[in-house]
Amino acid sequence: MPGLVHVTTTINGNQTDFLCEPRQSLLECLRDVVGMTGSKEGCNDGNCGACTVNLDGRIVTSCLVLGVEAQGSEVNTIEGVASAEGLHPIQQSFLENAALQCGICTPGFIVAAKALLEAEPDADEARIRHWLAGNLCRCTGYDKIVRAVIDAGERMRA
Amino acid sequence: MRAIDYVAPTSLSEAVSVLSANGDRARPLAGGTDIIVQLRGGRRELDVLVDAKSIPELNQIELTDSGLRLGAAVPCYEIYQNQAVAAAYPGLIDAAGLIGSIQIQGRASIGGNLCNAAPSGDSIPPIITLSGEAHINGPNGWRAVAAEDFCTGPGRSVLEPGEILVGIQIPAPAANSGTAYLRFIPRNEMDIAVAGVSSSVVLDASGQTVQSARIALASVGPTPILATAAGDSLAGKGVSDDAIAEAGRLASEAATPITDMRGTIRQRHHLVDVLTRRTLNIAIRRARGEE
Repeated sequence: MPGLVHVTTTINGNQTDFLCEPRQSLLECLRDVVGMTGSKEGCNDGNCGACTVNLDGRIVTSCLVLGVEAQGSEVNTIEGVASAEGLHPIQQSFLENAALQCGICTPGFIVAAKALLEAEPDADEARIRHWLAGNLCRCTGYDKIVRAVIDAGERMRA
Repeated sequence: MRAIDYVAPTSLSEAVSVLSANGDRARPLAGGTDIIVQLRGGRRELDVLVDAKSIPELNQIELTDSGLRLGAAVPCYEIYQNQAVAAAYPGLIDAAGLIGSIQIQGRASIGGNLCNAAPSGDSIPPIITLSGEAHINGPNGWRAVAAEDFCTGPGRSVLEPGEILVGIQIPAPAANSGTAYLRFIPRNEMDIAVAGVSSSVVLDASGQTVQSARIALASVGPTPILATAAGDSLAGKGVSDDAIAEAGRLASEAATPITDMRGTIRQRHHLVDVLTRRTLNIAIRRARGEE
């Protein structure tokens, strides 16, 4: 049986080393090895986006990345979105717009929306809906999430 | 997922030697968006994954006067964010921009889409209509296979144990040519094609006569299908609704669909007809520089 592999990454700006089996996903490594449980497991096959993290500047479903593939990579997760000063504007907008109910999809939506608004601060509703098509929510009906991201874009541009 | 080994070779020869040593128990890993799901679901059993993302040849995207050399592991987003490639091959971009979600496009490669050999692989029809060629390396050296001959059945391809798809070579676009891909899905995003069609045309300098055309179909047979008679029916004809309708009819005849959870035989034949006409019209407008 293959042994454990030593993986060196930077997670939310901090060098983080972990040991994992090659078969373990990055999501498993984050949650079960590193102990960062903000990224959620929904479908575990790339459809729902609850496990979305930012890997070297691109959003990915961390259930479809192996932990060993993250060697040398920069990983940014929901845990790195808020700062010492407080919530990120996207998090604040989600709260104020009631854009979550059960909350399982929320970390994925926020990580995905952050990547969009940082690259395209002027993203309009159609672009936001298209970008977030890989994130599923079974509570809100999406409208409040989309409103929150539009609102966050306005705050981030201000 | 059962235990598996992982290697990340930094050269093609190293990758081929690991693949050769492990036969059908090893497979290359590019974006992983299909193979990880298959391994986890028990639909595929392997001993070794050979990560292709550290092998230089598989990660290059090179546009020259002789065409596009697309490394097999280049992810979709790198293709559609490359403005020169996007301008030269809009039909390829049609597909690269609709495979899965933004998250999937951050990992998944066109080469992987081809190797996964799903009948519904969205990027395969445009690679076929663009006359793409698969460049394969293995224990016996190099060989090239036309894209339309690459897939041999659902999930099966011409790749032999030990071989790896290194890249896809697409010729430079001819003057006055255009390509398009459309699929039908019941949702707006994030779905598998009920049917998909790519059309590619080369017009004469006036933009009024078709010199040659290629039409390829997805999700309507055990492999992607090059509808040769449909494309050839347009050669030498003036651009007209009648000629386009005849190509649509012939493309529909070339389809060999099944009825499954996504659609019926009758619906898929109809979809191929409609999508052929639509993609021909887009390809013609692109060939004329109208869009």
